[in-house]
This record gives sequence, structure tokens and C-alpha cells, in this order.
Amino acid sequence: MIDTVIFFVSAVIAVGSAVMMISQRNPVLSVLYFIVSLLAQAVLYVQLGALFLGAVLIIVYSGAILVLFLFVIMLLNLRGTEDLGPTGPAVSRASKYLVSVLLLVELVFVIKASFFSAVPVGIVDVAPSEFGSVESVAELLFSNYLYPFELTSILLLAAIVGAVVMAGRLRDTHQEEGETETPTTDVQIKEEV
Amino acid sequence: MLSIPAYIIVALVLFCIGTIGVLITRNIIILFMSIELMLNAANLVLIAFSRALNLMDGHAFVFLVLTVAAAEAAVGLAMVITLYRNRETINIDRFNILKW
Amino acid sequence: MSEYLFLVPLLPFIGFLINGLLLGRLPRPVVSFIACASVGLSFVIALLLFFDLKAMPADMRLIEQTLFTWIPAGSFHANIAYMLDPLSAVMILVVSGVGFVIHIYSVGYMHHDPCFGRYFTYMNLFTFAMLTLVLADNFLLMFVGWEGVGLCSYLLIGFWYEKKSAADAGKKAFIVNRIGDFGFLIGMFIIFWQIGSLDFQTVMAEAPHVFIAGGGLITAVCLLLFMGATGKSAQIPLFVWLPDAMEGPTPVSALIHAATMVTAGVYMIVRTNVLYMMAPDAMLVVAIIGVATAFFAATIGLAQNDIKRVLAYSTVSQLGYMFLACGVGAFTAGIFHLMTHAFFKALLFLGAGSVIHGMSNEQDMRYMGGLKKYMPITFWTMLIATLAISGIPGFSGFFSKDEILWKSFSSQFGHPVFWVLGVITAGLTAFYMFRLINMTFFGKGRMDDKTRKHLHEAPRSMTVPLIVLAVLSVVGGYVGLPHVFFGATNYFEHWMAPVLSGGQAASHALASGGGDTGTELGLMAASVLLVLIAIYFAYLLYNKSPERATSLREKLSGMHKMIVNKYYVDEIYGATIVRPLVYFSLFLWKVVDVVVIDGFINGLAGAYSDVSGYLRTSQTGRVRSYATVFVVGVVIVTAYFLFG
Repeated sequence: MIDTVIFFVSAVIAVGSAVMMISQRNPVLSVLYFIVSLLAQAVLYVQLGALFLGAVLIIVYSGAILVLFLFVIMLLNLRGTEDLGPTGPAVSRASKYLVSVLLLVELVFVIKASFFSAVPVGIVDVAPSEFGSVESVAELLFSNYLYPFELTSILLLAAIVGAVVMAGRLRDTHQEEGETETPTTDVQIKEEV
Repeated sequence: MLSIPAYIIVALVLFCIGTIGVLITRNIIILFMSIELMLNAANLVLIAFSRALNLMDGHAFVFLVLTVAAAEAAVGLAMVITLYRNRETINIDRFNILKW
Repeated sequence: MSEYLFLVPLLPFIGFLINGLLLGRLPRPVVSFIACASVGLSFVIALLLFFDLKAMPADMRLIEQTLFTWIPAGSFHANIAYMLDPLSAVMILVVSGVGFVIHIYSVGYMHHDPCFGRYFTYMNLFTFAMLTLVLADNFLLMFVGWEGVGLCSYLLIGFWYEKKSAADAGKKAFIVNRIGDFGFLIGMFIIFWQIGSLDFQTVMAEAPHVFIAGGGLITAVCLLLFMGATGKSAQIPLFVWLPDAMEGPTPVSALIHAATMVTAGVYMIVRTNVLYMMAPDAMLVVAIIGVATAFFAATIGLAQNDIKRVLAYSTVSQLGYMFLACGVGAFTAGIFHLMTHAFFKALLFLGAGSVIHGMSNEQDMRYMGGLKKYMPITFWTMLIATLAISGIPGFSGFFSKDEILWKSFSSQFGHPVFWVLGVITAGLTAFYMFRLINMTFFGKGRMDDKTRKHLHEAPRSMTVPLIVLAVLSVVGGYVGLPHVFFGATNYFEHWMAPVLSGGQAASHALASGGGDTGTELGLMAASVLLVLIAIYFAYLLYNKSPERATSLREKLSGMHKMIVNKYYVDEIYGATIVRPLVYFSLFLWKVVDVVVIDGFINGLAGAYSDVSGYLRTSQTGRVRSYATVFVVGVVIVTAYFLFG
């Protein structure tokens, strides 16, 4: 019973704050709503036995990634007051909602068709004690999923290099027209920052 | 213990909210977060299935997806910075020079 | 010895490689030594091989050597293989022997030329190609040699390529030869199609079983091969290139355009005599073309003033004789004349070269005269050659020409008309040759003083070849004495007999003459008489009283004009073939290519461009619209899988 209550409360919070996230003008508020949504999702994770991943979601996602978002927003000095110009025609907006809802309906049908009929649903009410624990996840990652796990390290390295190269491009694009582009030195980067 | 489909329905709803966000918003940062939301919805589905089948593999997937999401966020935000530097705007519709 | 057969063509090729690759890096004496030595060695080997061959029994005179398989394609095999039989033995001796002499002559003649090395490179390449042509044991390799000599001919005619006329003459020779080669190729294809092989031995052995004697196919094959021969050997209608080929250096004219290359057509017909003997209609065509060319070219030769052009038309005319011989089935006589002609015509050209050399590159006989006392060796050797070509008894030309005339009268393929035209041609030949001698060496010198002061006999390297060739021009005929002379043995005919046995078997009849001794001697006497009369007239008109020549020329001005202009053949070809071709090409360019093809392509491109101009507006560049389309696509695909 208490589980059900927790589920409903978390689900409503997760969906509600997600809706709030996409409907904000101010990106800072948007990020905060997204964090709320993530916390609610973490509760769902834990309910499903994914203790470790729930913790990771809170620590890494809301703790690191979304802070990075906030950092960027502050870096760009966005206040949500920027004029983004006129919105598109109402028909076009409505059709976009329509398409998304259609997609939802279809996905429900897919789940219904595959999950409820084909897959044997062996729900164990109480998960085994080791299910979702740090040890069991680690055991999987370092045995069956060793290669993908190691490959992610390469992916992360590539991401780091890419981010550094793109964000710190050694070129000043705000120069006046007609001026030749000079290779920017460290000093100029500092000025920019 | 609730039935698994309830969790999946929640995940699907979150996914479609993410889709709507991508299609509707013109703020590139919110659009970006919508994509993250869609990723998270997929993660929730994976965990729900993992629980339903009593298999831990889904957790490993989710772990990897989280890593990818982190990498994506880093690169994506770097792109946002570069784009903003070039155009002084975060309106995604302004970045439309790659056309006819 | 026979295993060294491949060296005969290879040595000049090595000379070509050395001189060609080190072009301009070798001192002149080395260049000329390499060039001459390679051909000379090749001649020595040819000579040794000849004696080897002679030592064999008559029926087995055949040396074959397969070097490697060139094109293995299914059932088709083309080998690089050489074959030495009595026919090719004669040919390689002539080619390497005369070639060697002319190489030595060239050392003196080309002494002042800045492109000394290039000249000898081409000459060696030519010798290689020509030897390949005559030694090849299949049609394809022969064609390689055939094209090789054509290439060298082109290169050497246009040797002084800074001169537009020389470059044009080279192109003309090449293009006219292409027309003939086209026929040769098609003929070769038909042979391969029918017999499935291009080996001479196989083809000659199989042909009587595969083709119907006298049938349309074999006639077509022979005529197509003959088309190739008319191109290479300058017969009607493709003879126009040879007179222009005189733009090349004179030794080239001697070697390529008199002694060797132009006789390739005759060689080819004799080589394939089995096929020709099966196609009497083709034989008739060969004979008619041959005698017509002989007569026609001789008349043009009457009125030419350029010393080399006279000789050029004379060559065309003599080649006509050879084809006449082939056409009447007297293949031996044809090859015999080929050989003697190689000697005396090479000598004539080299003598003319010596004259031109002495005259400071003056070629017009009207500005010569009285050269006898300045260049005695040249005079005497050229006189011998002239006597030989005119057919004075005792000289080589007499024996070979007389044999052809007799065969054209008496052979089963012969006809008195051939004989009559042949004898008239002989008279014309004697006339224009003595006209040349009289205008060049007798009478008053008509050159300017500067040239006169410079007049000198040629250097030793040029006169020695002249003397060698003069000796050959005299004695060369004695290998083929006619039977009527005290029952002498015709060694040449015996030598050639094995090559021709196949053809005679194929036609079920001997081509050798019937007729009686009295007739032969009578006809011989008639032709000699005519020749002597012609010589007298030439003496009268061009030595004793030149004013009579002038008045005669005025009396016959219409005809003279026509002959001087070579019957307007070049003009007729220009008007009927070249100009329409040019206009047709212009039409193809301006209308078909520019309007039709380009129009179609551009129109198509324009249509695509217009359509894509509309379509590309869908590429808005907005990420969100792309995403929308993407999601719509996902919805549709999912719907298809769910409900479809």
C-alpha cells in the first residue's frame, strides 16, 4: 500500500516537473524542474530494486551533469528574457503535439502487444537481496560487459577532447570584418573568459 | 509491489514529454535537456524490464547509457557555447545556415 | 645455329634500346657503331642460318622457334614465335643485308644532322620491326611487325618535323596505311573465325579443307589482305602516300620506301599464297591492280623533275610488277623481283642521296647536269642500277622482270594484255630512268656557282655501300636464270619451291609457265628492243637536243600537264574523300555533338536542376523541422508494424 502511494506521488512529480521543464522560458528554472523530475525518477528506480543506479542518477545526473548545464547557462548569462522571436503558427504547434501523443499511444500499444503477451512476466514481489546492489552491477560490468565498459572510457576520452577543442576554439569570431584572423593566444582566451 | 506496466507507462509518458520538448522549444538548452529526459525515460524502461525478468543486464545497460549521456552533455554544451559565441543567440531556429 | 634465330630481330632491337635510352648521351661514333654493328651482326646470323637451311633436305627446310606465349585466351594462343623457311630466309637476308649497307651509308649522309642519334634509333627499330614481320610464324605477330614498320615509316618520313611538308607527309602515310591495315585486320578476323588459328602453318594446312576453293569467303579474305598490301606497298588506290614519303632523309627512302617495307605487301601475299591460289578472282584483281599501278605510276614518273619523286614513282611502278607476278601465280618471280629491286632501287636512292648531298640539298633535276665528272663513282653505280631497272640483259633486273613478263603471258592466270602493258611499262621505265641519268649526269651544269664550287664526290662511307649494291645489282640476277638460256638451272625457283608447294597443291595446277622456248625468246627480244628504243629517245630528248623535248612538251601540253599533276589523284581524293569527310566531321561536331548530344545532356541536367530547385526548399536548415519529420516517420513505421 505504502509502495503504491510512493509510486503515485513520485510518478506525478516526475511527469509534472517534466512538463514544467519544457514549458519554462527561463532555462535556469527549467534545469531546476529537471532536477526535481530526476529525483522523483530516482525514487522509482529504487522501488524497482535499482539501488545503485538510483544513487548514481542523483549523484551523477542531478549532481554533475545538470550542474554543468547551470554552469553553461551562467556562462552565457542567460536570464530567460531573450527575445526568441515570434513562435510558429498554431497549426504547426498543434500538429507537433498531435504527433507526439500519437507516438505515445503507439508505444503503449507496442508494450501491450509485446510485454503482456509474449514475455513471461515472472514478477517477484520482493527482489533478492543482491539485486541491484553495487556488487552485482560491478560483477556484471567487469565480466559480461567488460569490453563495452572499457570502450566507454575511450568514448569519454573522445568527449573530453571534443569538448575542449570545440568550447576552447582558438579563433576569435567576433573580430571586425576585414581584419585578418589571427591565431589566438592563451591571453586572448583569458580575455574571452 | 505495483505491477511493472505502471512504471513503463510513466516512462513512456516521460519519453513523449521529451519528444514534445524537442519539437516545441526554441531554446537550445531546454531542447538539450529534453533529449536527456528521453534518455532517462529509456533508462526507466530498462530498469523496469530488468526487474520484470529478474535479470541484472538492464542495469549494466543503464550504466552505459548514463556514461554516454554524460559524454553527450559535455560535447553538446561545448557546441552550445561555440554556437552562442558565433550567433549571440540560443534560438535553435537561427542556426539554419546548413540549407539550400 | 637454329636456336639463335631470335637474335636476328633481337639484335637491332637491342641497338634500338641502347641508342634510344641513351639518346643524346652517346658520342656519335658510338651511336653509329652500335647501330651498324647490331644490324651487321644480325646479317651475319641470317647468313649462317641461311646456310643451315640450305644444308637441310629441300622438303624439310624449316626452322621454328617459339619464345613465349604472348596472348593465351581460351582456345586462342598467340605466340611470339619465329619461323625461318626459304621465303623468310630470302627476306631476312635482303632486309638485314641491304639494311646494313644503308646504315653504313647513313653514317656519312647524316653526318651533319643534329638528330643523329634519333635517326639511328628509328632505323634500328625499323629493322627490328621488319625482321619480325618477315620472321613471324603467325598473322598476329606479322601484324605487329607490320604496324611497327608503319610506325617507323611515319617517324622517319617526319624526321625533319620542323618542316610542315614533312610532318604532313608522315601523317598522310600513316593515315593511308591505316585504311589498308583495316582490311588486313578484317581479313585476319575472318581467317581466325573460320580456322580458329592464326598460325601460318595451321592456316595453310587447314585452308583447303575449310574454305571452298573459288568461294566468296576465301575471295573476300584474299581481297581484304590485299587491301592491306595496297596500303603498305603503295598500290592503286592507296599509292598516294609514297611519293610524299620522299620528305624523309634519302637513306630512309632507300631502305623503307624502296627496298624493304613497301615490299611487305608482296611478301604477305606470297606467304599466304595457299589462300590466293584458292581464289582465282582475287588473283585477277591483284594482277589487274598490279599492272595498272605499274603502268600508271610509270607515266607519272615521265614528267617529274624532283629526282627522288621520279624514283618514288618508279618504286610504285616496280611494286606493281611484283603484284602482277603474284596475281598471275608467279610468286617466285615476284619475290625474285623484290630481291633484285631491293638491290638496284636502294642503289638508285643512295646514288640520288649522294647527288643531293653533293648538290647541297638540291633535289630538282632541272638544276643539275654534268655531274659525271664531279662524282664518277656515283655516276657509274647509278648507271649500273639504271641498266638493271631498265632490264638490259646481263643485269639483275632483266632476269626478274623478264620472268614476270613471261609468266604474265604464259601462266594459266596470265593474259597477253598483261604482257603488253608490262612491256610498255618497261619501255617507260627505261625512258624516265635514262631521262634522270641524262638530266643529272650529262650535259651542261645548270646549278649556280656556289653549289658548283661545293660539288664533291661523296665520302668513302657512302661510296662503298654504292659499290656493294652495284655489284649485287649485277650479279643478283644470276641466281634465277631462266631455263631458256641454255637450259640453265633456276636456283631461285628451286629454293622457293617448298614454300609454294602448298598453294600449287591447293589449286591443283602448276603455275609455272607452259609455252615454248621460241615464244619466250621472242617476247624477251621484243621487250629488250622496246627498252633500247626508249633509251635512245631519252638520250635524244634530254642529252642531244633538249629543245626537241621542249617542243614535244608544248605539243603534248595537255597530257603533260596532267602527268605533271599526277593525274590529279591527290586532288580527286581531296575532293571526293577528304573534303566530304571534313564536312561530315564538321557536321558531327557542330550539329550532332554540340546540338544533339550536348543539348540532350544539358537539357537533362537543366531539368534535374529545376526539379531539385523546388525540392531543396524542403531543406530548411531548421533542426526542429527535421526532428518533426523524423518523429512523423517513426510514427508511421511503428503504425505499419503494429497495424499493417
